[in-house]
Amino acid sequence: MSENCEYRERVLTMDTMNPNVKRVEYAVRGPIVQRAVQIERELMMGIKKPFTEVIKANIGDCHAMGQKPITFFRQVLALCSYPDLLEDSKFPEDAKSRACRILQACGGGSLGAYSTSQGIELIRQDVARYIERRDGGITSHPDNIYLSTGASDAIMTMLKLLVSGEGMSRTGVMISIPQYPLYSAALAELGAVQISYYLDEDNCWSLDISELQRALQEAKKHCSPRALCIINPGNPTGQVQSRQCIEDVIRFAAAENLFLMADEVYQDNVYADGCTFHSFKKVLFEMGPEYSEKVELASFHSTSKCYMGECGFRGGYMEVVNLDPEVKVQLTKLVSVRLCPPVPGQALLDVVVNPPQPDEPSYDTFIKERTDTLATLAEKANMTQDILNQVPGIKCNPVQGAMYTFPRIHLPPKAIPEAKEKGQAPDMFYCMKLLEETGICLVPGSGFGQRDGTYHFRMTILPSKEKLKIVLAKIKEFQQHFMEQYS
Amino acid sequence: MSFLKEISPLVMNNFLSGTDVLSRYAAQITAEIQQGERRNYNEVLDLSSGDLHRGGIKPITFVRQVLAACVYPALLEDDSLPLDVKQRAQSLLRECEGGSVGSYTDSSGLAKIKHCVSQFITRRDGGVPSSPNNFFINSGSQTALMIMLKLLIRSEDSCRTGVLIPVPTYASFTLALEKQGAAIIPYYLCEEQGWTLQVEELRKALHTGRNTCNPVALYICNPGNPTGHIQSRKSIEEVICFAAEERLFILADEVCQSLVYGDDTEFYSYKKVLSEMGSTISSTVELASFNSLSKSFMGECGLRGGYVELVNLDPAVKEYGRRLLSTRSCPPVVGQIALDLMADPPKSGDPSFPTFSEEVQSIKNMIVKNTGRIQEVFAELPGISCQPLKAGFFVFPCLHFPPKAIQWAKKRQMEPDMLYCLHLLEETGLHVRPGCEYGQRKDSYHIRLFVATQENIMEDALQRLKMFHMRFMKEFS
Repeated sequence: MSENCEYRERVLTMDTMNPNVKRVEYAVRGPIVQRAVQIERELMMGIKKPFTEVIKANIGDCHAMGQKPITFFRQVLALCSYPDLLEDSKFPEDAKSRACRILQACGGGSLGAYSTSQGIELIRQDVARYIERRDGGITSHPDNIYLSTGASDAIMTMLKLLVSGEGMSRTGVMISIPQYPLYSAALAELGAVQISYYLDEDNCWSLDISELQRALQEAKKHCSPRALCIINPGNPTGQVQSRQCIEDVIRFAAAENLFLMADEVYQDNVYADGCTFHSFKKVLFEMGPEYSEKVELASFHSTSKCYMGECGFRGGYMEVVNLDPEVKVQLTKLVSVRLCPPVPGQALLDVVVNPPQPDEPSYDTFIKERTDTLATLAEKANMTQDILNQVPGIKCNPVQGAMYTFPRIHLPPKAIPEAKEKGQAPDMFYCMKLLEETGICLVPGSGFGQRDGTYHFRMTILPSKEKLKIVLAKIKEFQQHFMEQYS
Repeated sequence: MSFLKEISPLVMNNFLSGTDVLSRYAAQITAEIQQGERRNYNEVLDLSSGDLHRGGIKPITFVRQVLAACVYPALLEDDSLPLDVKQRAQSLLRECEGGSVGSYTDSSGLAKIKHCVSQFITRRDGGVPSSPNNFFINSGSQTALMIMLKLLIRSEDSCRTGVLIPVPTYASFTLALEKQGAAIIPYYLCEEQGWTLQVEELRKALHTGRNTCNPVALYICNPGNPTGHIQSRKSIEEVICFAAEERLFILADEVCQSLVYGDDTEFYSYKKVLSEMGSTISSTVELASFNSLSKSFMGECGLRGGYVELVNLDPAVKEYGRRLLSTRSCPPVVGQIALDLMADPPKSGDPSFPTFSEEVQSIKNMIVKNTGRIQEVFAELPGISCQPLKAGFFVFPCLHFPPKAIQWAKKRQMEPDMLYCLHLLEETGLHVRPGCEYGQRKDSYHIRLFVATQENIMEDALQRLKMFHMRFMKEFS
């Protein structure tokens, strides 16, 4: 035993920790999810509850809720992982040829070799071609493509590049309310100023330029606005922006000298009639050189959503347009710190942008799987909005796209003081009660942002149709009870 | 050499400034050769990065079989896969939501993996207890280091947060520190004594550092990169005492821990030594130990997998660490699976064991042969010397440049070892890294070579180096 037994205060405490970290919150995996996990453990230990399973409708994780991976993608990845399988006749030729092509582009023919920080050149070329096909031929340069560890990695990297200054000149970043809380968390972590602009709930969560103006003018008083983030199709709202709206946003960004960040990870998840995904890049270039040569844009995509649902592979990319060359140098340096994005994710991205063609053996199965997956999501989107809109006290905007519904809940008067007493936001109070009574895990709207005095929750539409019906029925029942209890 | 004219102002700075230059030039030469340009050599020989597979070593069969089965579970019906592969894949898939490696996991990794790693650590450290709750699985040690730095570095304070780092140290870590706004406090490793860490040097560096910043952390790389030295147990104890006295958070980068091949050389983990140092120290010194897939015999750099074990971390701070992780969703699941295999490889009696142990042993043997050969060749060459090679994937020999060579480099406004590497690349196609990228004492010069490559490639590299070096020394004598 040492003689010197005095208590040594830690070096790293809540007081000495980087203060920016304290402001970081990420509701999607926040306190309600922690409680849900705890409840799952309690169920496993045999503790009796009013339900037999926890349904995690909090996170956009398709496979977790039973969606099947696309066979072709997994075949190519298996071949890439263990190339001996190239001799196995059970794998189709088109999968084998893609695997060989990818492996040839990998160091030592292995997914285990580092790639360059920007991502394997061949894959960036393929991504560029995919973008060109998607955008009706508008040129895309592989040098402007940065592969990333999911879209989140690229989003954080861009934000890091954009944030600078102090006090009045501190970078302000415009983000929608409601938003996907990665943005608010990143801005908190970076010590940037969040400039909130409200989406219009009464108009299907559309984006109003006058609201952008308002938010910007207000923000100029205390920070230096530099960027505008937009999520399309929207998360959590599911709205799919009209082409007109996208043009208006681009004009706004051009006029106000704002860097545009277009989060387009749900680009294949469009369900509502009359809605189409328009990529920011395409619209920008169709607006002519006055805009296409000037507006700085970063567009983000990933392998986690759409019909692939491959969250665990952490595949993604960003395309940058009109980036200042010196900034590009800094960007390249910044991404080099984390060495390289996971190579299996890069390989997956390559197959996503290079799917089977009509003349290839795997085409029929691939198309069927993709169509079925997207059709099922569309059905579930419609079912969800229909059922929820029949529940008194719940009002749901159409789920035009993405994977979520963000209904407005009208909380009866007595609920709010009780929530306050518990130190919880009223919609957190609601969601916690829902969790404890039904096992359904949702995320309260306060985690995404909402207008003062309004309350929402975000629910994914991902559980199987049967399960979703049950979930919606239970929510209806809970809502009725809740209204009675707290009126 | 118009290319060099373009880059010379860039290479005035130390860390990382030249990386793009050499690599770009290597890529340029490769392209030129492919287009039919004639040179003295047929291809660029790349010994610049610590990448086992890029160097031509095949992945470990068991690892890739399990990965394939996890990625495409239809393979579980296949007769061709060994039973232990299938069983491991099944047990891992059971842990994944929806039975798919495409699902998100807990931000700090799958519970089973944390358990497995925790047990591995306990075994490694001869029974020292370890809790899965103290692990964060991550996508490689760099990301884990960055999370720790995010917690430690108060980037908005007027007095910058300081981190002590060894010289030499590998470049991407230095860049990470810069990007986080940390003040770098270098401490010099003692080359003449085999790159040992002298506590007096630490003390001196800290004292100087305190004049300009607020030092909070001490970063150690053991086994060292690029030096390959291994700290003795006594040295580790001294460092821990120093950290205790001076109130420093220890960041112990131990990613090369499985690559130990020197005679009479043993790896001691900071955790183990700390645990055996009396309760005042063992229960108070804060430590984060890092390990990864990349610098193991599996060499799975591209899968991006690693873990950090947190010792004596304030529980409230740990929760914020988790929160930071949550915004990054989760580490790649394929990388997590590979970590499970690294921590719990096939055992004697398992069907895959014979092939597995043969593959691992052959890599070890290859490295030992290569390092032996390197020492033989260097012994014959003037102006190049090397500390004994104990561990890791690299060798970091010292170049003793004649004064004329140094003059020549000065005239071209470039670090002599960078210029040496550029000419080595140009004239022989051998790509190695210059010591100026890692930091070195003033007027000392080095190169870093990757040694975990096939024996014939190593021999080819050594011949090219020998040829160039002899010419170089002759020209500048």
